[in-house]
Amino acid sequence: MISRITAWGQGRSELLVALFLLVLGVFVLFDAARLKAGIGQRGPVGPKALPLVIGALLVVTALLLARDVLRGGRGEPEGGEDVDLSTGTHWRALLLLAASFLANIALIERVGWPISGAVLFFGCAYALGSRQFVRGPLIALALSIGSWYLFALGLGITLPVGVLKGIL
Amino acid sequence: MGALNDLLHGFAVALTPMNLLYALIGVMLGTAIGVLPGIGPAMAIALLLPITYGLDEPLPAIIMFAGIYYGGMYGGSTTSILLNTPGESASVITAIEGNKMAKAGRGAQALATAAIGSFVAGTIGTMLVVLLAPLVVRFAVQLGAPDLLAVMVLAFVAVTAVLGASRVRGFASLLVGLTIGLVGIDFVTGQQRLTFGIPQLADGIDVVVVAVGLFAVGEALWIAAHLRRGSARVITTGRARMGREDWARSWKPWLRGTAIGFPFGAIPAGGAEVPTFLSYVAEKKLSKKPEEFGRGAIEGVAGPEATNNASAAGGFVPLLTLGLPTTATAGVMLLAFQQYGIQPGPLLLRNEPELVWGLLASLLIGNAVLLVLNLPLASIWAKLLYIPRPYLYAGILFFASVGAYAVNQSTVDLVVLFVLGLIGFAMRRFGIPVVPAVIGVILGSRAETQMRRALQISDGEISGLFNTAFSVTIYVIIALVVLWPLINRFVVRPLRRRRASGSTTEFTESTESTEFAEPVADQSVEAGVGASSALSESDQPRGTS
Repeated sequence: MISRITAWGQGRSELLVALFLLVLGVFVLFDAARLKAGIGQRGPVGPKALPLVIGALLVVTALLLARDVLRGGRGEPEGGEDVDLSTGTHWRALLLLAASFLANIALIERVGWPISGAVLFFGCAYALGSRQFVRGPLIALALSIGSWYLFALGLGITLPVGVLKGIL
Repeated sequence: MGALNDLLHGFAVALTPMNLLYALIGVMLGTAIGVLPGIGPAMAIALLLPITYGLDEPLPAIIMFAGIYYGGMYGGSTTSILLNTPGESASVITAIEGNKMAKAGRGAQALATAAIGSFVAGTIGTMLVVLLAPLVVRFAVQLGAPDLLAVMVLAFVAVTAVLGASRVRGFASLLVGLTIGLVGIDFVTGQQRLTFGIPQLADGIDVVVVAVGLFAVGEALWIAAHLRRGSARVITTGRARMGREDWARSWKPWLRGTAIGFPFGAIPAGGAEVPTFLSYVAEKKLSKKPEEFGRGAIEGVAGPEATNNASAAGGFVPLLTLGLPTTATAGVMLLAFQQYGIQPGPLLLRNEPELVWGLLASLLIGNAVLLVLNLPLASIWAKLLYIPRPYLYAGILFFASVGAYAVNQSTVDLVVLFVLGLIGFAMRRFGIPVVPAVIGVILGSRAETQMRRALQISDGEISGLFNTAFSVTIYVIIALVVLWPLINRFVVRPLRRRRASGSTTEFTESTESTEFAEPVADQSVEAGVGASSALSESDQPRGTS
């Protein structure tokens, strides 16, 4: 009974995938309809042709996928050496990872990569269950400062230095 | 023997200290990455692309990536033989027998036949590329816009129809990739498509960011959400070696594997999955001891391992002569070329002979180095399997972020990376293969260029897309691939049923076939396209690439 409920749950969420494709397809079609042939056009086929084809195919694929799901077809989640599909999704780990990732986006140009990168690395490691509160941050700082120097000296790309300006 | 002469020049290029160093770094990195769970060569090259922006010369970077490509397969076999994770490691065919051999105390022999078989197949395969590439180029330079468009459409359809368990999900992936490729300014008329008025999107979404997002961020998020608690057990084993009987049982599977793998790698048929499976089935049928299969038969390691490497080598033929990637790894290799403004295609061999021959020579050198690195040291490489998983996956997200930021120094790319990572996560969750999307992004704009060019030549006549014998042939093949399920249902199966009812012997043979591809397995040996449906109808898990 439980497995039937989860199977039904997955089926319903797969219909959302079909809906996503449908919305994407309609959106691509609208965007294409807005395009004008324009003066710069060379040749008989303008910028519209390919988006129209892709948008139409997206709509068709969305309908075919919905039909497949309603007939009992299910996408098979991807396995892997470190993947254990017998337990449910670790939503907490996933949210913490997303938070660390977004923290880096928010911080990188304000406090610089050496700090935001370390926050990213240690945040992700913590999210995945690491509880080494001395070693973890040290590894994180070594990686972020090391990669800053690698990009600056080895490749001539200056990553944001932020608050450590003048020190590095 | 012009090709061999050119290859000698290639060795002169490859043996300079700088290039030799990068080849070494490549094969070392490749082996390490192959051993590490969760990282494949495609992800590794995608993560390294931003770092190699800084290298002035294209050749060292490309030599390094090719080393990662070959090295990843040596390392991957070590993992599939020694890592004892129930079920999932069967995503690599080698693991079926290799893991059983390791459990029975024959891990050393399994590692040895995998490494030597990879070396034999890799060397023969690379030599075949050397001999074939100039011939294919001579033919390919005559191809016009409609022909090139047809070949690209074939690549789309083949990658989509072969990979994964479901065609409709494959096409969904391809179309998402093509849509991502649309974002940006249309190069002919200068109009913005799908940019939402965000100026940073006008240049299009950097393909490197797409590859990193779908392969690295998506994969890390997916694994993180289902991380196996408690570390997986690693089977310990001694130095890789094998005895006289193992050699006697291995050399034929190596050669057969090479023969099966190379042609499959050279045509756009979705990589090594189908041929390794075919090799396994063939070895099982030809073995004198079929009862050992499923309990650790060395042929079942030797054949698929050789096939794997031969098909990787075969993949260089369409990549170097047509600019057509047939696998995820070849796709990101193509990005490496494009990063230096080099467009692989029919003109590559003429315009950049030093690059092509240097690359092929360094592949041969790298292959020999890999044998030395892996035969005595495989059990040392296996220690990488003990790396703490939090640090491994945190590291992937860390390097993905710094790389994607470095490409354009823009946080918009990081937001795009995050969104693509979520898409990659959802695709893995719902069994939608990732590779068609990446191939779609890489080839989409080129396919559009060829389409417009063909229609420009024909002055808008739609027949301009298929007015050559070559393009018509390709479209017929595409139609066969697309319509295969229908052909199978209404033509092949009724015919087989009629034949099977005539002779009972054939029927018993097909029922005792293999345990994981049940009734369609024997059919798959006959026709290449049949193999794809055999894979898709059985619940064959996909390899992590």
